[in-house]
Amino acid sequence: MKIAIPVDEKNPDSSVCPSFGRTPYFAVYDTDDEKTVFFDNEAASAQGGAGIKAAQLIADMDVDVLLSPRCGENAAEVLNKAEVRIYKTAAGTARFNIGEFKAGRLTMLSDYHAGLHGHAE
Amino acid sequence: MKQLLILSGKGGTGKTTIAAAFIRFSQAKAYADCDVDAPNLHLITEHKHAPERKDYYGLPKAEIDKDKCVECGLCRLSCRFEAISDINGYCVNPFACEGCAVCEAVCPAGAITLIPAVAGELALYSGDDSIFSTACLKMGSGTSGKLVSEVKKQLFDAVRQDIERTVIDGSPGIGCPVIASMSGVDMVLIVAEPSLSGMSDMERIIKTAEIFRTKTAVCINKYDSNPEISEKIEEYCKSKNIPFAGRIPFDHQAVKAVNRGVTIADIDCPSGRAAREVYESVAGIMLRCC
Amino acid sequence: MQNNSVKIAVLSGKGGTGKTLVSVNLASVAEKSAYIDCDVEEPNGHLFFKPQNVCEDEITIRLPALDNELCSGCRKCVDFCRFNALAFIKKRPFLFEEVCHSCGGCVLLCPEKALGEREKTVGYIKRGLSSKVKVSTGIMNTGEASGIPIIKKLLSGADSEKGAPVFIDCPPGSSCVVMESIKDVDYCILVAEPTVFGVHNLNMVYKLVSLFKKPCGVIVNKYFEEDNPAEEYCREKNIQVLCRLPFDNELGLINSQARIAAREKDKYKELFTSLLEAVMEEVQHETAANPQR
Repeated sequence: MKIAIPVDEKNPDSSVCPSFGRTPYFAVYDTDDEKTVFFDNEAASAQGGAGIKAAQLIADMDVDVLLSPRCGENAAEVLNKAEVRIYKTAAGTARFNIGEFKAGRLTMLSDYHAGLHGHAE
Repeated sequence: MKQLLILSGKGGTGKTTIAAAFIRFSQAKAYADCDVDAPNLHLITEHKHAPERKDYYGLPKAEIDKDKCVECGLCRLSCRFEAISDINGYCVNPFACEGCAVCEAVCPAGAITLIPAVAGELALYSGDDSIFSTACLKMGSGTSGKLVSEVKKQLFDAVRQDIERTVIDGSPGIGCPVIASMSGVDMVLIVAEPSLSGMSDMERIIKTAEIFRTKTAVCINKYDSNPEISEKIEEYCKSKNIPFAGRIPFDHQAVKAVNRGVTIADIDCPSGRAAREVYESVAGIMLRCC
Repeated sequence: MQNNSVKIAVLSGKGGTGKTLVSVNLASVAEKSAYIDCDVEEPNGHLFFKPQNVCEDEITIRLPALDNELCSGCRKCVDFCRFNALAFIKKRPFLFEEVCHSCGGCVLLCPEKALGEREKTVGYIKRGLSSKVKVSTGIMNTGEASGIPIIKKLLSGADSEKGAPVFIDCPPGSSCVVMESIKDVDYCILVAEPTVFGVHNLNMVYKLVSLFKKPCGVIVNKYFEEDNPAEEYCREKNIQVLCRLPFDNELGLINSQARIAAREKDKYKELFTSLLEAVMEEVQHETAANPQR
């Protein structure tokens, strides 16, 4: 199973980025080989619809689970349709959160904030 | 870190004047001006050093290479924003162009490319004891929600761990920039003006704030310019269960202070005293529920 | 200058300076006129005019609509969209309406012609009459991103009668909605407050108006002392000050009740009538000197 998490830096002990749509990077951890790879988030520089684009990237990577502190409505819609489960992160590093998820201590994210209407130019 | 956002719906109600006073009262070490269309907060806050400036790029704009253009007119026909004119050859009006790239896609001669365009400028003032983030949209640019988000991001990136509160001066209206400023905020204070226009705009902004389910409170500025409508506003808040944070009288001294580049909290005046009471009320609400 | 209705925009960089006060009262003292409220996020003019015989038009934009049968799942539309309004899920594009800019690109590019279009309401226009004033108000629905489609419709329907000036009450600021509102006007009235905030924003809107090469003049509103930053600015830039409206509690009160001062008291009727004369004289003078149309 693949688990994605928005991170501030490209290392497993990085802090979790508070924003999903505009996080600079995503860490994707594979439970099969226990390896983590890092991806640049192309959506970070998007004028609008960053959440949608970031969610698209996650869906395209065949991720099964997303760990995130928050998530917008639009991104959540994409992820739900793509059958990616979303869990709320706890305070701590990416590595810590993956551990918490594997131990079953994270809860599903249920309150999505309203889409920011693309706030395009 | 607790974020307080000051909005109004209608322009000219006194958001910036009140925001500046609140920054003083709360001794907030981090604050931002999200009114990127017409930023004013920097005019009455002190800054010892020049800010760090950064270009803000908006949507790219289309540009037509006249040498390659075969003047078929397909771009002009396909543009939904009336951004391409055919006087003196084909040319894109950068103010109307929305960067959709349809013209680039339809051009048979490959004469059109989309070029990054500066749409504004961010400024970050970081002194020893405070951080102030602001930006200015370049004239004619499109809805500025993203720039507002950048102002906030710039502030949060620069903020140190120990900062407890931030005050954010919002923009008028109910559109994208306002929505973008609301994201992640703990409390919204709406500054209402006691006029029918002011009430109408206040209702629209309250409706917009409901989208985010953020805690909202209302205060009235220049309340004595129309006590009757001031009362109506208070009743309206009561009926909607919106906390009423207080009222501030009209005060000529406020204008004089602002013109001198100081806030109403820096001088002893009726509006300053009343603003302090509103502030205490807001702080109380934030303590209880945020 | 063409011998038909003159279009005058009333704008200010800052909100709350008195755009509506000025445009509503000027429209009221003219023999016949039209008033158009382009501040579609927070329209206020109609509160003053309380127009009669109002008819309403919905304003729509076109959104892409998918024909599932024809779609081959090629993803070209999703990859093309610059605004990220389309996501590709389970081999089909999925639209996020409020992010869509209605550019028509995805529809154009679909190789299977699987995308058609449907209308979505973003706001409406109300047209009515208040005495001799034709009142048009644009109202944007809350949550919509841009008022431009509404402003475009408002102004294209602005056919006024010969000799009847058209007053356009603009949105505050200097962003694209303001530009859209002043695009085809003959003259711009800039309303300024005599405060540092007011002048800072007057400067922004003056730059905008200059860029569009529109002749303009300034009205200093809530004037209370001669030595003020707005006058200084106008002197510096050689901008005509059309009039100074003194800070006046009574005027403020009447205005706050959404009553039209010029219709209620003779002194205000006189004030705005002479302002209108001054404005019209300037307009004739400017447009005669620089015929644009």
